[in-house]
Amino acid sequence: MKIKDAKKPSFPWFGMDIGGTLVKLVYFEPIDITAEEEQEEVESLKSIRRYLTSNVAYGSTGLRDVHLELKDLTLCGRKGNLHFIRFPTHDMPAFLQMGRDKHFSSLHTMLCATGGGAYKFDRDFYTMADLRLRKLDELDCLIKGVLYIESVRFNGHSECYYFENPTDPDLCQQKPYKLENPYPLLLVNIGSGVSILAVYSKDNYKRVTGTSLGGGSFLGLCCLLTGCSTFEEALEMASCGDSTRVDKLVRDIYGGDYDKFGLPGWAVASSFGNMMCKEKRESISKEDLARATLVTITNNIGSITRMCALNENIQRVVFVGNFLRINTLSMKLLAYAMDYWSKGQLKALFLKHEGYFGAVGALLELLNQS
Amino acid sequence: TKMAACSRIGRGGHSMDKSITLPADEIFRNLENAKRFAIDIGGSLTKLAYYSTVQHKVAKVRSFDHSVKETEDDPLYEISVQEEITARLHFIKFENAYIETCLDFVKDHLVNTDTKVIKATGGGAYKFKDLIEKKLKLKVDKEDEMSCLIKGCNFVLKNIPHEAFVYVRHADSEFRFQNTHPDIFPYLLINIGSGVSIVKVESEDQFERIGGSSIGGGTFWGLGALLTKTKRFDELLQLASRGQHASVDMLVKDIYGGAYGTLGLTGDLIASSFGKSATADKEFSKEDMAKSLLHMISNDIGQLACLYAKLHNLTRVYFGGFFIRGHPVTMHTITYSINFFTKGEVQALFLRHEGYLGAIGAFLKGAEEDNPNQYSWGENYAGSSGLMSVSPELNPMQRARSGTFDMLEMDRLERQLVNLPLLQDPSSYIPDTMDLTEDAVAREYWLFCFEEALEGVVKRAIASQPDLPQTRERAEKFSQKYRHKLQTLRHQPFAYGSLTVRSLLDTREHCLNEFNFPDPYSKIKQRENDMALKYFQKAVKSLESLSWEQRQFALVKGLLAGNVFDWGAKAISDVLETNAGFGFEEAKRKLQERPWLVDSYNQWLERLKGPPHKCALFFVDNSGIDIILGVFPFVRELLCRGTEVVLASNSGPALNDVTYSELQILTERIAAMDTVIQTGIKEERLILVQSGSSSPCLDLSRLDKTLATVVRERHTDLVIIEGMGRAIHTNYYATLRCESLKLAVIKNSWLAERLGGVLFSVVFKYEEPPKYQEETHQ
Repeated sequence: MKIKDAKKPSFPWFGMDIGGTLVKLVYFEPIDITAEEEQEEVESLKSIRRYLTSNVAYGSTGLRDVHLELKDLTLCGRKGNLHFIRFPTHDMPAFLQMGRDKHFSSLHTMLCATGGGAYKFDRDFYTMADLRLRKLDELDCLIKGVLYIESVRFNGHSECYYFENPTDPDLCQQKPYKLENPYPLLLVNIGSGVSILAVYSKDNYKRVTGTSLGGGSFLGLCCLLTGCSTFEEALEMASCGDSTRVDKLVRDIYGGDYDKFGLPGWAVASSFGNMMCKEKRESISKEDLARATLVTITNNIGSITRMCALNENIQRVVFVGNFLRINTLSMKLLAYAMDYWSKGQLKALFLKHEGYFGAVGALLELLNQS
Repeated sequence: TKMAACSRIGRGGHSMDKSITLPADEIFRNLENAKRFAIDIGGSLTKLAYYSTVQHKVAKVRSFDHSVKETEDDPLYEISVQEEITARLHFIKFENAYIETCLDFVKDHLVNTDTKVIKATGGGAYKFKDLIEKKLKLKVDKEDEMSCLIKGCNFVLKNIPHEAFVYVRHADSEFRFQNTHPDIFPYLLINIGSGVSIVKVESEDQFERIGGSSIGGGTFWGLGALLTKTKRFDELLQLASRGQHASVDMLVKDIYGGAYGTLGLTGDLIASSFGKSATADKEFSKEDMAKSLLHMISNDIGQLACLYAKLHNLTRVYFGGFFIRGHPVTMHTITYSINFFTKGEVQALFLRHEGYLGAIGAFLKGAEEDNPNQYSWGENYAGSSGLMSVSPELNPMQRARSGTFDMLEMDRLERQLVNLPLLQDPSSYIPDTMDLTEDAVAREYWLFCFEEALEGVVKRAIASQPDLPQTRERAEKFSQKYRHKLQTLRHQPFAYGSLTVRSLLDTREHCLNEFNFPDPYSKIKQRENDMALKYFQKAVKSLESLSWEQRQFALVKGLLAGNVFDWGAKAISDVLETNAGFGFEEAKRKLQERPWLVDSYNQWLERLKGPPHKCALFFVDNSGIDIILGVFPFVRELLCRGTEVVLASNSGPALNDVTYSELQILTERIAAMDTVIQTGIKEERLILVQSGSSSPCLDLSRLDKTLATVVRERHTDLVIIEGMGRAIHTNYYATLRCESLKLAVIKNSWLAERLGGVLFSVVFKYEEPPKYQEETHQ
C-alpha cells in the first residue's frame, strides 16, 4: 500500500462512541474513489465498505439509521456519505470478533473511540482484535460533533429544530431552527445517564451537573415494571398508556389548582404517588406504568435542566442523546416543561442526529490529528 | 394493626384500635385546663397539640420584719411553698389507629375548657373532620399545611436549643447538633412528603415555595410497592437498608471500567439508576431494587435542593416530611447526596421535632391572641420523650403502648431570653465545654455520677418538705423518672440534643419540679445564709487590716474558698453532710497552693493596678459562705475602686445556688451592716438582676432581657463568672468582647484529672478580649 497523502489518515474512517447501553458508530464512505485508488485498495477495506453500505442490519442487533445518512459530504478533501450505525454495548464481543474476522487490524488505521467503553474495552480491542484505540474525551467529542453537524446541515435541511406552540397540543409542531451564534448554550445529553454542559464557545465548556435518572432508568424501570425488554417496546407501551392513573396530581390532593403556590391542577404532585394504594396498584395497566416512567424521567430531566439554565443564566437548551430517539413524547414534554415553567424564557432545541454526536466528534478527531 | 399503605385515601377508619387504655398521668397530661387545641393528621401519624396551665409548687422566700425584734437565733427569712400557675404546651404524637381512643380520652378528661374550635392541618384533617367534630364537639378549622409547617419550624428553631442536627452515620455520635444562629432567617425547608416542596423562608411571616419535585416519598413508596410487592413504607426502608444497589444501577465503572478521571467522577458513582435492570432475563432481589430506588430518589432530591440553594444563595437547608422523619436510612442518603452535589459547602440539616412542625404551626395559628411568639419557651425534659423514642429502626420490637406515644412539652418562660450582648460571636458560642454525646468516656462517667447522686437528692427532696402530703411517694416517682431518663440517655445520648453536664442537671431540675420539689435545698440555703451572715463583718474587718496587695489576694482566695461550698458536688456534699463544722477556714486550707491549675492571678493583679473598670457583671453561684463571705467582700472592693457592680443570680432555684429573691434579702441585710454596700445600693452603683435561668450552669445565649439591657446601658467591661457549673462545665471557652474572670474550684476528682489536676484544683482564668475587638466593635 502506498501512502499518498501523509496528512490524510488512511481509510476506513470511523468514529466510535461506546456508551453504557449503545455503541454508536459513524462511517465515512468515500464516493470519489478513483479507478486507480480502487485498484490499490486492499480487499479487507473493500469488504468492510461493501458490508456496511449494502446492509442496514448487522448481526442480530446492529442497525444502520439510514434516514440519518449525510450525503455528498466533503470531509478532509474527500467526498462521501456519512453512515450512522448503532448496536447494544453488550454485543461488543461480537463486534470485536467481526473486526478480527474482517482483518481490520491489517489496515493499520487508527480507531478513534470515545465514551466510557473506549476505556473499558481498550484492552479487549487489543487482545481480541489486535486494535489499538485512540481514546477521546466524550464531552469534547460531543461538542465537536454537535457543532460540526450543525454547520454542515442535514442534506440541505436544518439539523436543529424546536416545537412551536409547545403548550398547545393541537398546535404543537416541529419547526426548523437556525442555530446561529449558538453561545452560550446548555447542552443536555440524555443517554443511559444525563450530562448537562454549559458551552460558552467552541472550546470553552464545563459540565454543570448530571443525573443518574436517564434513558437507562426509563428502560430499566420499564423492564422491571412491565416485563418488556427493548426501548422500542417500552416506548410503544408508553405511547398508549395514561400516567395520570399512576401519578398523584395536584388536583388529586387539592381538588384543583393550588393557587397559593401557583401549581396547576394537572401538575404531578407525586410521581407514582397513586401506587401507594393497593387498589390503585391493581387497577392500572402496564402501558400506564410505562407512560408514568417516561413522564417521571423526562420531567425530572426538565426540572434539573431548568435549574441549571437559571443558575448559569443561559436561555437556550439543546437536548441530545439516544433517549430522544423515536421519542417525540419526551421531546414534546421537555419543550412544554421548558416553556411553561420558565414562562416562555427558555427554549428547548433538538437535533436530528440525537445520539451520534460523540461518534462524529471522534471521527473529526481522527481527521484532525493525523 | 397499623394502617395499610392506603391510609390517606380512606380506609384508615377500619383499623381503629380501641382496645388500649391510656394512662391518664402519662400521656395526655394536664387536660383539665386545656384549651386551644390543634391537630395535624398525616399519612400514618396524628399529632395533637394543646395549651394548658400547670399548677405547681414554687418556693418563695420572704424577709421577716427585723425592725420589731431581732434575736440571734431567728432565721433571716422564711420559706414558704406556694402554688404558681405557668403555661405549658403539650404535643402528643400517636399512630392514626389510636385516633378514636385518643379523642374519647381527651373528651373525658376535658373539664374547664371554653374552647370551641380545633385547628386542623395535614392530609388526614379532612378525612377525620367528622369524627373529630363528633367526639370533641369542637368545630374543625382547617389551616393550610405549608404555612403551619413554616410557623412550626420557626418556632422550634427559635425556642429549642440544639433543635437542628447534622446526621453522620457510623460516627461516634450520629447526631451533630447545631447551635441555633441568633437570626434563624433566611433558610430553605425541603419538605419531602409524597412529593417535594422547596420553600424559602425569609422572615416570621414571609415564605415562598420556590420549587418542588414530583419525585418524593410517594415515589419511593408507590414505585417501591410495585417493584417489591412490599406494602409498608417502613418495610421498604428496611429492605433498602439491606440491599446492594450496584447490582441494579449502572455505575461509572460499569461504563468506563474505572473512574472517569477528567471529570473527577469516581467509579462507584451511579451513572444510570436502574441501568442494569434493562433486561428481561434477569431477576433482581427486592432489597437491591429498594436500595437502588432509595438512592435514586435521595440523590435527585439532594441535587434539586442544592440547585435551589445555589440559585437563592442559601446555606441553611432543613429537611423534613415523612420520607425523612427519624429514618436514619433516608437521613444518610440525603446527607450523602447534599455533600456530593455541594462538595461539602452546604450541610443537610434535620430537626429533632420535625414531626411536630405542622401541629405546632396549627396550634400557633389558633393561639395568636395569646401571643405565644412574644414569649420564650423551653423544652421540658421531664415531659418530653426525646428523639427516636419510637423509632422502629432503633427498637424494632417496641410496639408497647408507651413506645407508641411520643411527647413534647414546652414551658412558657417568664421572660424573654436573649444573648449576652458581650459575646464575641453569638453565632459560634457554645455554652458547654464538653459534649458528652461525642465523648463516650465522659458520658459514662457523668451518667454514673448522676445516678449515684440520685439517692442523696431524693433524701434532700424529702427533707425539704416535712409538712407536705405524699412527700415520699412523690420523691419516689421523681427518682423513677430521673433514673429512667438517665437510662434513656445512656442508650440515646442524643435524645434532647447534645448531652452535657448542663442538660443532665437541667433534666434533674425539670423532674424535681414535675413532682413538686421546687427547691430541695431551701432549708440548707437558709441555714447557711444565716450562719455566714454572722461572720460577714468580721471577714470584712480582717480584710481591711491587710495591705492592698495582700487584700487582693485574700479576696480572690475568699471567693475560691467560698466556692467550695457546693452541694452539687458529691465530694463536698459528703463532707458537709458529715461535718457540720466545716467552715470557711477549712475550705481555704483545702485549696490548691499557687501556682494554680489555671493561674492568671498575676495578670489580674497587674490589671487592678490600672484604672478601675466601669462596670462589672458578676454571675454568682452558691448561697451561704460563697455569696456572703466570698462574693460580697469582693464586690465591696470593686465598689470602692469605683466600679459599678451588677450581681446576676438565678431566677429560679437550682441546687444550693442563691436565687434572685434570696439575694435581695441577703443584700438588704448586708447593706444594713456595711456602709459601702449600702451606699452602693442607694446610688444604684450596685444592682441585682436575675439571669433568667434556673440552672446550675449558664447559657449566655439565653439570658433575661433586662440583664442584657443593663449590661448594655452600663457599658459593662468586666464579666465575672464563678463556679464549676458556670465557669467550667459551661463557658470555659466562651470568648467575650470585654475582660473576663472565670474562677472555680474543681470539686470532682474525675474532672480535675481530666483537666490535669487534682481535687480542689483552682481555675483562675483572667482574659482580655481579642485584640481586633476595637475594630469590629459597633
